[in-house]
Amino acid sequence: MAGSNLEKVLKSGQFAVTGELGPPKNADPEIVRKKAALLKGVVDAVNITDCQTAIVRMSSIAAGTIAMQEGVEPVIQMTCRDRNRIGMQSDLLGAHALGARNLLCLTGDHQKFGNHPQSKNVFDLDSMQLLDLARDLGQGARFQCGEEIEGAAADFFIGAAANPFADPFEFRALRLAKKVAAGANFIQTQIIYNLPKFKEWMSAVRDLGLHEKVYILGGVTPLKSAGMGRYMQKNVPGLDVPDELIDRLKGAGDPQQEGINICVDIINELKEVEGVSGVHIMAIEWEEAVATIAERAGLLPRP
Amino acid sequence: MIIAEQKPVKEIIELTKEHKKLLVVGCGSCVTICFAGGERETRTLASALSLAAGREKRKLKIETDMALRQCEWEFIDGLAEKVDAVDAVVSTACGVGVQLMAERFAPKLVLPGLNTSFMGLPVEQGVWVENCGGCGHCVLAYTGGICPIARCAKSMLNGPCGGSQDGKCEVAADIDCAWHEIYVRLKSQDRLELITELKPAKDWSSSRDGGQRKIVRDDLKIPRPE
Repeated sequence: MAGSNLEKVLKSGQFAVTGELGPPKNADPEIVRKKAALLKGVVDAVNITDCQTAIVRMSSIAAGTIAMQEGVEPVIQMTCRDRNRIGMQSDLLGAHALGARNLLCLTGDHQKFGNHPQSKNVFDLDSMQLLDLARDLGQGARFQCGEEIEGAAADFFIGAAANPFADPFEFRALRLAKKVAAGANFIQTQIIYNLPKFKEWMSAVRDLGLHEKVYILGGVTPLKSAGMGRYMQKNVPGLDVPDELIDRLKGAGDPQQEGINICVDIINELKEVEGVSGVHIMAIEWEEAVATIAERAGLLPRP
Repeated sequence: MIIAEQKPVKEIIELTKEHKKLLVVGCGSCVTICFAGGERETRTLASALSLAAGREKRKLKIETDMALRQCEWEFIDGLAEKVDAVDAVVSTACGVGVQLMAERFAPKLVLPGLNTSFMGLPVEQGVWVENCGGCGHCVLAYTGGICPIARCAKSMLNGPCGGSQDGKCEVAADIDCAWHEIYVRLKSQDRLELITELKPAKDWSSSRDGGQRKIVRDDLKIPRPE
């Protein structure tokens, strides 16, 4: 037991809700506090992104610590892009010492997408090997090299990402099985807009019995406009936005309201999918929307 | 083989403009085959440098020569006399050749005429791709003969990542996803079990890591008298 709130909620069998907080592109703690306040009591834990899309931002561990001060439980995100296994383990010991108990292991977006495309990437490990490392650092009480940790180990409730919409599709459930075998306790999926495809993936996941070994949280993001939908459809690799959703936003008098309606509809459908244990609401730079979505989807109050 | 590209002529002019006597030395191996630093390219480069000198009213005496392989001592010995007679040498070999020339003829100034790019092969006339990362611990036996170290943008050992779409890498639409190819190849060989098992963290100590790498083969070494 890593002892996180998210872990308790999932283990109790309740439908879990996680949110997302993108740290600022500066050193201002107040921005983190404000965003945290919008999510407090609305979700069970909040992912703190780690320089997402390879843009330099306040570190996940620092912003996560500020979130904790505001009474919000963080899920520390860690990518393999910017640190080697020495840096990663050092940061994980530090994050645990500061009180973080949830960790999401990611390979990370390539630096090409960010604001320092000239940088050198690391990728000493990939996400799968980071999961393995995190399990060692906690339950295994040893460093990646095999050396025993004397004293407090860094026991996290360990998560991973899964993208049901990437290719090759038939390998995606098998790859999830690898993540479970590597130590993932929970999974947060890529943003779901194409429900039939997601259900097809879940069916493959159930065939492998994975829904009984790992908690799966479906990823959702409210769209603010048809333009945002079109942009995500065209420019975000591994994201599947059906045309009919874009048309629904186009035809709406209030696209933001319609974006929230769509998000609530998707959450209600996800609740009915066997093996889905919760939702991960990623309201990108729109944290205010999370409370409304959670309320309307019948997810409040949180335990 | 080693694939290289000529540096922009402007950069080579900038590197050589202080010198009045130059020797451009091509290499007859990899860089000849990839049309970057062979006999024809050295002549063209020498003409370009001459023209630039003329335009800028600088005096320049320039000659060209070739070594069959600039990466082996015995193939460059014959250049000694010509090298002696110039102020600087432009080597259009890969970085290995440039370094050997610089060491053999030190303290003579030897300048690079190429950017050494990667180990790879031509896939069609005028198109070369990288295929080997030279990591020192080959994984091709487990990946269907497709190198994820060189060909995956994230050098993943447990790919494909979530950015693989329609067989292409998220980094650019013209880059094939190596892991998609690995999946297709292993499936066709009925050996998918090779990638459904977790590949543990790689030992990178055999890769670029601890200073200049070295291989010593005692069976091949010639004993030196005490």
